[in-house]
Amino acid sequence: MIKKILSATAILAMASSVAYAKSINIGFVTTLTTGAAIIGVDQKKAVDLAVEHIGGKMGALDVNIIYEDDEFNPQKGKQKTEKLIKSGDVDIVAGYIWSHVLLASAPVVLNANKILISANAGPSPLAGKNCHKNFFNISWQNDQTPMALGEVLNQRAIKSLYVLAPNYAAGKDMVAGVERTFKGKVVGKDMTTWPTQIDWSAEFTKVKAAKPDAVFTFYPGKHGAAFLKQYAQAGLSSTPLYSVYTLDSLSLPRLQQAKMTGVLGTTMTQFWSPDMDNPQNKRFVADFKKKHGSYPSFYAAQAYDSIFLIKSAVEATGGKVGDVDAMRAALEKADFASVRGKVRFGNNHFPIQNFYSREVVVDSNGKWTTKITGVALKDHQDVYAKDCNL
Amino acid sequence: MDINIFVEQLLNGFQLGMLLFLFAAGLTLVFGIMDLVNLAHGSIYMVGAFTAATLTLWLDSFILGIIFALPLTLLFGMVLEFIALRTIYARDHMDQVLATFGLILFLNELVRIIWGPAGLAIPLPILLDGSINLPLGIVYPTYRLFIILIGVLVAIGLYWLVAKTRLGMLIRAGASNRVMASALGVNIRLLFTAVFGLGAMLAGLAGMLIAPINQAQIGMGEEILILAFVVIVIGGI
Repeated sequence: MIKKILSATAILAMASSVAYAKSINIGFVTTLTTGAAIIGVDQKKAVDLAVEHIGGKMGALDVNIIYEDDEFNPQKGKQKTEKLIKSGDVDIVAGYIWSHVLLASAPVVLNANKILISANAGPSPLAGKNCHKNFFNISWQNDQTPMALGEVLNQRAIKSLYVLAPNYAAGKDMVAGVERTFKGKVVGKDMTTWPTQIDWSAEFTKVKAAKPDAVFTFYPGKHGAAFLKQYAQAGLSSTPLYSVYTLDSLSLPRLQQAKMTGVLGTTMTQFWSPDMDNPQNKRFVADFKKKHGSYPSFYAAQAYDSIFLIKSAVEATGGKVGDVDAMRAALEKADFASVRGKVRFGNNHFPIQNFYSREVVVDSNGKWTTKITGVALKDHQDVYAKDCNL
Repeated sequence: MDINIFVEQLLNGFQLGMLLFLFAAGLTLVFGIMDLVNLAHGSIYMVGAFTAATLTLWLDSFILGIIFALPLTLLFGMVLEFIALRTIYARDHMDQVLATFGLILFLNELVRIIWGPAGLAIPLPILLDGSINLPLGIVYPTYRLFIILIGVLVAIGLYWLVAKTRLGMLIRAGASNRVMASALGVNIRLLFTAVFGLGAMLAGLAGMLIAPINQAQIGMGEEILILAFVVIVIGGI
C-alpha cells in the first residue's frame, strides 16, 4: 500500500515537473485590495485579455499568470515578491504600480537573478545609478510625462505655476520633471502626506492667494477624483489645471457620474491614448471595451504590452525562459507590437518613446475619454539614462 | 499673512473639526456610556457614505439620499449591535479591540463585494455646488459651510437630547450606574441598542457629508478613526 502511494506521488511529481517545463510562469504583482485596487484590477483585466489574445501560449509554452496583491504597501509587496521567488517556479516577475513598492521589492527579484518588468512604476534610482541588467520598464520613467507637460506649458505661454503633489517617490519625480522643462516661475509648491491626505482645502486657500496662471498636479488613483472635485468646489475652476496621471479612464467615468464638467477640455500628457491609430491598440481598446464596458486605462495598456513583450522574448529564445542572458538579449530588442506604436529600450532598459498632449473629450457614445492633441516630446529618453553604466 | 487667508484657513479647520465632531460624538457615546471600544465605528462611517451615495444616484438628489440613508444607518447600527457587539460587552477592552478590528476587515470586504473596489462619487445639488463670496474677499465652497452648519445643528440637537429629554436622562443614568438603572426598571439592553444606533447614525452622517468631497471609499473609516480617538482623548470621554 505504502509502496503504491509512494510510486503514485513519484509519478505525480514527474508529471508536475514535465508540466513545469512546458509552461512559463509569470508572477504579476499589483494592487488588488484597498481603495487603490481599481488600478490593479484594470491591469489584471488587461493581462487576462492579453493572454486571451495570444491564445494562452508563448511559443510552445502555456502561459500561467500568478497574481499577487501588494495591498498598496511596500512591506506587503516585498513579502509577496519573496513568496513568488521562494516558491521557485516563477520565471519572470512583472507588475508593480507604485514606485515605493517597486523599490522595496526589486532587490528580491534581481538578487535571485530573475527578470523583472515594471508595468507602471519608473522611479529614478532604477533608471539611473541603480539600473540593473535584469530590470526592464515597459511604461516610462516617472520624470518623462511631467517633462512633456512642462513643454506644453511653455508652448502655451504659462508664466507662473503652482505645484501640488503627494510627498512620495513618484510625487517628487513628477515635480522634478515639470520643473526641469518649465521655463516660467513656480510661485508655490505643496507636497502632501501620501496616501493619508485626502482634503486639500488648506492648500487651495494658498493657491488662491498666490494667483498662478495655472496649477500643475499629480494625484493617481482615488485621490485624483477627490482632488478634482474639491478643486472645482473651492472655486478654482477659472485657473487652468494641468495634470499627469490624475485623469484617466478610471477616474473619468466617476467624474462623469458626478457631473464634473469642469474637467472637460483639461490637458495632460501621456505616452498613449485610447484613440491611437494602430492595429494592436485598436484591437486592445475594442476588445477591452466589449468585455468590460469601459475604456482601458494607461495602466491597462502597459500591462497588456508587458505580456506581448515577454512573448516576443520567449519566442525569440525558442522557449528557453530559464536562460536569463538569452531572455535579456531578446527583451532588449523590444521586438513586439506595442499599443503605443513605436517603442525601443534605452541603455537603462527604459523606453525611448513619444509623449503626447491629451485632452478630455466626449466620445461618440457620450462617454468621457481622452484624445491626442499633439506631440509634446519626440523620441524622448529619460535624463537618468546617462548615469546608468549598462 | 493676510487676514483673509487666516480666516479662510480657520474656516477650513472648523469644517474638519465639525466632521471629526460628528464622528467622535458617536464614538464617545458608545465608549462613555456602554464602555465598548468600537474600532468598527469607522466602518459604519463608510457604510453610511456608500448607502447615501447609492441612494443619491438612484433618487438623483443628495438631500433625499441623506434623508433616507440616515434611518438605514441607524438600523444598520442596531442590527450590528444586536448580532455582533452585544456578546462582547462583558469582555475586557482588549477582546473588544480584537473583535471590532475583525469587524473592520469583514465590513471592508463586504463593501468591496457589494459596491466593488472603485468607490462611489456623487454630485452635489447645484445649490451647494459652488462657492460663496464672504466679507474680506474670501471665496469659500458653499458645501463646506453647509457641513459647518450641520455640525452646529447636530451639536445643539445632541445637547438637547442628552440634557433635556427623558431618553437623555435614561442614557445618563445608564452611564453612571447601569445596575441601579436596570434595577429601577430601565431596559438597559434596549437602551444600549438605541444608543449604539444613534452613534452609528452620527458616524454615518459624517460619512455621508464627506462623500461628495472625497467620494465613498473602502477603508475611508480607518483614515479618520485615529484622529477621532485623538479628539476624544483631548476632549474627554
